[in-house]
Amino acid sequence: MGLVNIKIDGQAYQVEEGLTILQAAKKCGFNIPTLCAFNNGECSRASCRVCLVEVKGARGLVASCVYPVNEGMEIIISSQKAVNARRASVELLLSNHHKNCLQCDKNGHCELLKVAEMVGARDGMYEGAQTPATIDTLAPGLIRDTSKCILCGRCIERCKQAQGISILGFENRGFNTIVAPVENRSFANSPCLQCGQCVNVCPTGALMEHSEIAKVDEAFAQGKKVIVQTAPAVRAAIAEEFGDPIGTPGTGKMVAALHRLGFYRVFDTNFGADLTIMEEANELLQRIKKGGTLPQITSCSPGWVNYLEYYYPELIPHVSTCKSPHMMEGAIIKTYFAQKHELDSKDIFVVSIMPCSAKKYERQREQMPNDVDAVLTTRELAKLIKRSGINWNRLPEEEFDQDLLGEYSGAGVIFGVTGGVMEAALRTAYFWLTGKEYGKINFEACRGLEGVKEAAVDVEGTEVRIAIASGMKNAKPLLDQIKAGKSPYAFIEIMCCPGGCINGGGQPFVKPIFLPNEDDDILETYRAKRASVLYSEDERQAVRQSHNNSDIKKLYEEFLGEPGSELAEELLHTSYVSDRPKYK
Amino acid sequence: MAHLQESAVKQITEIVNRYKDEETPLMMILSDIQREYGYIPLEVQELVSSLTGVPVSEIYGVVTFYSFFSLTPKGKYVIGVCLGTACYVKGSQLVLDKFGELLGIKPGETTEDGLFTLDVLRCVGACAIAPAVSISGKVFPMVEVKQVEGIINQYRAKEA
Amino acid sequence: MVKIKSSEELISRQKECASCLDKKFHGQDGKRAIVVCGGTGCLSADSKGILDRLQELIKEKGLEDKVTANIVGCFGFCSQGPFVKIFPEETLYTKVKVSDAEEIIEKDIIGGEVVERLLFVDPQTKEKARRQHDINFYKLQKRDIALRGNADINPEVIEEALGDGSFLALNKALHMSQQEVIDEVLKSGLRGRGGAGFPTGRKWQFAYNVQSEDKYVVCNGDEGDPGAFMDRSIIEGNPINVIEGMMIEGYAIGAKNGYFYIRAEYPVAVERLKNAIKQCEELGLLGDNILGTDFSFRCHIRLGAGAFVCGEETALLNSIEGQRGMPRPRPPFPAVKGLWGKPSVINNVETLANVPFILLNGAEEYAKIGTEKSKGTKVFALGGKVNNVGLVEVPMGVTLRQLIFDIGGGIPNGKKFKAIQTGGPSGGCLTEKDLDTPIDYDNLVAAGSMMGSGGAIVMDEDNCMVDVAKFYMTFICDESCGKCSPCRIGTKRCLELLDKITEGKGTMKDLEELKSLAEVIKSNSLCGLGQTAPNPILSTMASFYDEYVAHIVDKKCPAHVCKSLMQYKILPEKCVGCGMCARNCPANTIVKTDQVPVGKDPKLPLRVHFINTENCVKCGLCQSNCRFGAIIKD
Repeated sequence: MGLVNIKIDGQAYQVEEGLTILQAAKKCGFNIPTLCAFNNGECSRASCRVCLVEVKGARGLVASCVYPVNEGMEIIISSQKAVNARRASVELLLSNHHKNCLQCDKNGHCELLKVAEMVGARDGMYEGAQTPATIDTLAPGLIRDTSKCILCGRCIERCKQAQGISILGFENRGFNTIVAPVENRSFANSPCLQCGQCVNVCPTGALMEHSEIAKVDEAFAQGKKVIVQTAPAVRAAIAEEFGDPIGTPGTGKMVAALHRLGFYRVFDTNFGADLTIMEEANELLQRIKKGGTLPQITSCSPGWVNYLEYYYPELIPHVSTCKSPHMMEGAIIKTYFAQKHELDSKDIFVVSIMPCSAKKYERQREQMPNDVDAVLTTRELAKLIKRSGINWNRLPEEEFDQDLLGEYSGAGVIFGVTGGVMEAALRTAYFWLTGKEYGKINFEACRGLEGVKEAAVDVEGTEVRIAIASGMKNAKPLLDQIKAGKSPYAFIEIMCCPGGCINGGGQPFVKPIFLPNEDDDILETYRAKRASVLYSEDERQAVRQSHNNSDIKKLYEEFLGEPGSELAEELLHTSYVSDRPKYK
Repeated sequence: MAHLQESAVKQITEIVNRYKDEETPLMMILSDIQREYGYIPLEVQELVSSLTGVPVSEIYGVVTFYSFFSLTPKGKYVIGVCLGTACYVKGSQLVLDKFGELLGIKPGETTEDGLFTLDVLRCVGACAIAPAVSISGKVFPMVEVKQVEGIINQYRAKEA
Repeated sequence: MVKIKSSEELISRQKECASCLDKKFHGQDGKRAIVVCGGTGCLSADSKGILDRLQELIKEKGLEDKVTANIVGCFGFCSQGPFVKIFPEETLYTKVKVSDAEEIIEKDIIGGEVVERLLFVDPQTKEKARRQHDINFYKLQKRDIALRGNADINPEVIEEALGDGSFLALNKALHMSQQEVIDEVLKSGLRGRGGAGFPTGRKWQFAYNVQSEDKYVVCNGDEGDPGAFMDRSIIEGNPINVIEGMMIEGYAIGAKNGYFYIRAEYPVAVERLKNAIKQCEELGLLGDNILGTDFSFRCHIRLGAGAFVCGEETALLNSIEGQRGMPRPRPPFPAVKGLWGKPSVINNVETLANVPFILLNGAEEYAKIGTEKSKGTKVFALGGKVNNVGLVEVPMGVTLRQLIFDIGGGIPNGKKFKAIQTGGPSGGCLTEKDLDTPIDYDNLVAAGSMMGSGGAIVMDEDNCMVDVAKFYMTFICDESCGKCSPCRIGTKRCLELLDKITEGKGTMKDLEELKSLAEVIKSNSLCGLGQTAPNPILSTMASFYDEYVAHIVDKKCPAHVCKSLMQYKILPEKCVGCGMCARNCPANTIVKTDQVPVGKDPKLPLRVHFINTENCVKCGLCQSNCRFGAIIKD
């Protein structure tokens, strides 16, 4: 790409050809407010009209998010005409917006509010009737409130790009236009995965996770023994909520905060992850040995399980029957842990801190009703910490509670990133097949953030072909291959969110408008930065393989027997539904 | 989809196949379904989705965007009152209001007995006979408010 | 049908057809010919029934050797339809009913006498006009470019179009280079007839300049302006002419496929177009290697489904692509990245209908017609409060006065002219002071309106201009696609303010806000529809500010249209006490007073009536039922 000479507000600059005015202006040090454009044009619909600027010679004002720069272009951002136009567009949006900002869950992360401040929107302009609103609170994972929606279309695009299912779409026309699943149904009555990718891009409070903070409060109030577990991906992002740069590890401070919040025990879901590996690797070996259905597909991601049941129920025999790590851990807490401490499981309340909104749905599946009692997202945890007056920066680094479920391996940590489950499983399967540890420990072929990865792993001369996909759009070709009977793989890892749990629908928002200190390309790099937190923690662990976790060994010795035992089947495995209606 | 009868599945599949050589034929498929069935319910949209690969949400978005498409069956007689400018300046709004008042429905709605649907038309090109009212294809010229009751009764009588 | 495979074959076939047509119109084959108007207005007045009856009678009376009867396009003089025209005498019968068919056959066809009572009578001179060109309505018109063949040839028979000279222009174009064809159109000065008037040749040039294996031409027939039906009549009357225009365009830019996007509400146009395409294919005039050249071209039809915004060209492209008709941002322009991402040119129906004339007669001949910057003719759908309602084609440069008073025959019922609205919902209202303005693109814009696609609605003193603005705003608000916020929300807010004002609840501050809001929508909207949406408000405010103020300050609607600001009143001096009003009042709000009507015997039970305005629903039934003019709006 060549360079072009442009002028912005009279100053000369050289920028890359092909950039939009919005991008070029940012590089030159100008922040043009915008709402509908996102992620360098992943969704530039030029619809919000908030990024209008003047271009000499152009007819009228132009939307900088779609208008490309060209040689000699003179852009005026600061003229009265442009300033007033941008302000008017925002004021019009505000006139059709439910402005209960103080009670809005998005407060502090609302791009509309931020942009309103940037353009100097005035109070009470253009007031009038509002588009009839729908508030959908029926789905366990997500809440949709059209009274907050500005019709930017980011969510529609994200659902289509990430999951390829287009649950959300525009409906009706003109002032009655809304964004909704068909017939303005609830997410609960649509084949929605509840992955929360839409929530991550929504600029306002129109899409949010279904908060369960009140449920946790109630458990404390009832005097229950509230035990918390945190998923690996949470530690990779929680520090962002407190202003740390993306990629800052937050494990120690998070544990310290959880201790201060009064939880009875603070455990790591990594223990459950190690347990999952024991069961899942065992299941794979059994299938290989006994000629069972192959390839085997992982089952940790509830978004993926939803996708399976709605769109590929015929592939259910391929999917591991293992519960996901936090559900396994919940089951163990309420049995093994309870027995050891002579507690009544009814007095125990298990809270899972997850990077995920679909986990809220998962915990309510009728196949595993009592394992976990509440799921909070990373974002909800941050809210708990903030409201308790805890100063994150001053927190010490603390350790998870070493009490029966305390130890975890590096293999468990990397569950949070695409390829991590596969790598963890391979470390254990390799040991079981060969009787010795894989020398290099790391399976580099499993790493990287590409949507689909595949590799052949040499296990002492036996080639095991594996594949890894994240994002259902990426997984679809692998599934079609299986359906056609042409899959060459023995084991496939599938994660619902692109990049895996580090990019889950419950993770801190990555909105450049709120991240002035991050680089311009943060939307391209944040996943790798979060992944590196997990890989470093793996490297630091003394134990790197699930089967070497001594607490796990003890659990099997004292309680479960061996992987795949009857008790393990009962507590740690689940089943799937093959006739789930798409539209109820 | 489960609710669709086999014959309907066959017919809709036939309509979709009519346009298999055309690029992006969704609008044509929906137009034919609307014309032949009178409406496009969700089950039909699901079927079209599975036959064309277009997501249901996009089909639904299209159906609710264009006023020619309908999600519910229309009445036996569709009364269209032209609100083109020529008709409007000659008082067609009053004619529309009268139809609505006598039928007890708003434009776009259908009477409970399924007999009448009241629609607003945008210029049928019959400006010379403004205000024009079209009832299931028959055009009534220069309709005055006082004629409205008689017109409705005329159709009611047909049913009696 | 025998295919036409070369230039020479076309010319010889054309000559045959021309002579057939010539004989038909001049009776040289010893036959007379009856044509019946097939325009929508006439069809809705059962002109098809007239034709059927005529054919039935011809058969019954064994006149098959003496006369033929067929349908043609639109005569344009819709308020006088249905029309029946007899060749070779060119006798024109107006306001014909099915029951008149027998008399036409008996008296004229068999008896050779004119049916005097069906001739047009000039309302001013009371003189009868026997032939079309004797009628004032037609005198200033030039109906042979866009409306070419419209009331002469049978639109369902390709031979008649051939006889009328169709495809000779294509033949000529195929002997020129692509650039030469574009140059010819550039030189002609032809501008887009759909709205803004962008030079057609320049559009073609852009698309020609882009290198691409696939290119498309698209004909915009999504005529959605309320009160406009030019494109429909053009397609219904002579579909071949539009197809030929599209083919010339396709050749010029290097496209192999053309798409007609037609409103689903136009079933007749769609059927005739389908039929014409089929006939062209059968003759080899559409398909591969047309006229033996390397040029191959196919036509496709796509239907609109009731969304005004699809007249906007990028929304139209989305609609063809099976999506919601929401406009795309520009750049990229369709000429670079249009239909399915390929270079595309979108032209309006009327624009394409001009192209064959230009190629056939040359750019210079075409450029002789019109004004300096607006060449050729323009078709208008003249409607509203004007005597001669219909479809007219006039050279650019005629004045609004000529259009309204000479062609249109003035305002009915002796009312006073108030305004003419051109350009549909994107246009504006022109008033008395603009009447002598020659009509062209730039003059209309300068006067605060625009050409638009050609709707021309006349309003008289009984029309309230605030109500008119509200009418257009209601339309736009309904038809806004909802994509961009200024149009989606802004038009709704405008409508709310107009509602407030017409209900008598407005303040002068509202008026200011309305104006500033209108300016915001204009500058901030994404597409042409949104950018022009406030024009009806801005133009009525500019010309009729006092009327707005009257609604706000005096709480009066000067034209007595806005229901909240008017009431019906019985004039006691005119009331005869017949009680018709009271019997027809749905609200039972009209009562008898004690007053004896002027000149009536007090012994009679007749008493002056009175409207109790409190319960009045203002339906107007009392007024329309009063035969004594005793009820007025106040």
